[in-house]
Amino acid sequence: MIEIEGVGHRYGEHRVLRDVDLRLTEDRVGVIGSNGSGKSTFARLLNGLLIPTEGRVGVDGLDTRRRGKEVRRRVGFVFQDPDIQIVMPTVAEDLAFGLKGRGLGREEIRARVTEVLEEYGLSEFRDHPAHLLSGGQKQLLAIAAVLVTGPRYVVFDEPTTLLDLRNKRRIGKLVRELDQKVVVVSHDLDLLAEFDRVIVFDRGRVAADGPAEESIAAYVAMHPPL
Amino acid sequence: MLSLHREGRSPVHAVPAGVKLLVLFAAGTALFFVRSVAVLGGALAGVALCYALARVPWRVVARQVLTVVPFAVALSAVQWLVTGWEAAVLVGLRMLVLVMLANLVTLTTRTSAMVAAIEAVLRPLAPLGVRPERVGLLVAMTIRFIPVIKEQADQVRAAQRARGVERSTAFLAPLLVKTLRLADGLGEALDARGVDGAAARPGKTPRSGKDRPL
Repeated sequence: MIEIEGVGHRYGEHRVLRDVDLRLTEDRVGVIGSNGSGKSTFARLLNGLLIPTEGRVGVDGLDTRRRGKEVRRRVGFVFQDPDIQIVMPTVAEDLAFGLKGRGLGREEIRARVTEVLEEYGLSEFRDHPAHLLSGGQKQLLAIAAVLVTGPRYVVFDEPTTLLDLRNKRRIGKLVRELDQKVVVVSHDLDLLAEFDRVIVFDRGRVAADGPAEESIAAYVAMHPPL
Repeated sequence: MLSLHREGRSPVHAVPAGVKLLVLFAAGTALFFVRSVAVLGGALAGVALCYALARVPWRVVARQVLTVVPFAVALSAVQWLVTGWEAAVLVGLRMLVLVMLANLVTLTTRTSAMVAAIEAVLRPLAPLGVRPERVGLLVAMTIRFIPVIKEQADQVRAAQRARGVERSTAFLAPLLVKTLRLADGLGEALDARGVDGAAARPGKTPRSGKDRPL
């Protein structure tokens, strides 16, 4: 479970989140909100990439402030732009990167990488330079590179924003079918439509929180057509 | 190394990365002491033989030769003007042999093997504070991000052309901003992937441009 207690966050004088109290227990949680509403900051608080300036965030009882490294092992993070997330030159090397840091042996890493390449249909790209992959393949690799390390939770920050329709659907299906608990920050309302819970952020506060249908309706009502 | 590696099972591919780097280093040093055109010609023939052994397609070899020849010719031309034709031939041949040899190492060695070899070489320096895995990561990331930055440069150029600016020094400013943003995001991604550098701290400035106060 991820607990957010009395969380507020400032960048200098600029306050981006205030009075956020949430317990995330559902398998599929969506987060929506306008640009600048604080949702990306919220996402970064969940795995300790950011520490709140007020309140606390806990993951399975681990405080992100004191146990950040352990929290990041439990909570994987997928960025909007896979180009910043893929740090190694080839597909297999990038998948192996996260495993190397966990002290696994060479053979174990090789076996796990092969398994994940097959699982995500990337086998034919094993030694392919990452920069030559398509946008969809890059996002798939970024997700696979997070999942290969076996996190319990995965936070996605706008995973489909840069993708075409076909890849949006592909990644959306993958996100929905993951075994892990997921939190997805997105503007893609179709992606979140079947989620267990959707939280709406507005100017740094939780403006709506509930089943996907209700929250999305509330969000749409907050933004009438121009 | 920038996406040049080609899979293969040739004897050249089978040579360990550390040995290849050592040979490259030794050849690079030795070539500067060679004063004979015949010996350099022999070295070039030797490199060509290694390419054949590695079964590198001739089209790839030709592309590489064509890339290096203009530089070798330009350098030789300067040498010819300053010291004479013999020195010019020596310099041109030396450059050709070295670059072709370095490319052969790149073509036949995986980045991961290269990085592992660099880490192994640096390991004895660990007690002095050198962190071999960090140096290895730095090398790998350099290889990974050169094409990304080139792509960003192309985007900036295309955006300027779309606005009617064909050539401008103003090209550098947006590229620098984009590159710094990339570095920012990359730092965050490394944290997220378990390479803990600076630990997260309260109120830490966001590394991505998103949600950054205006």
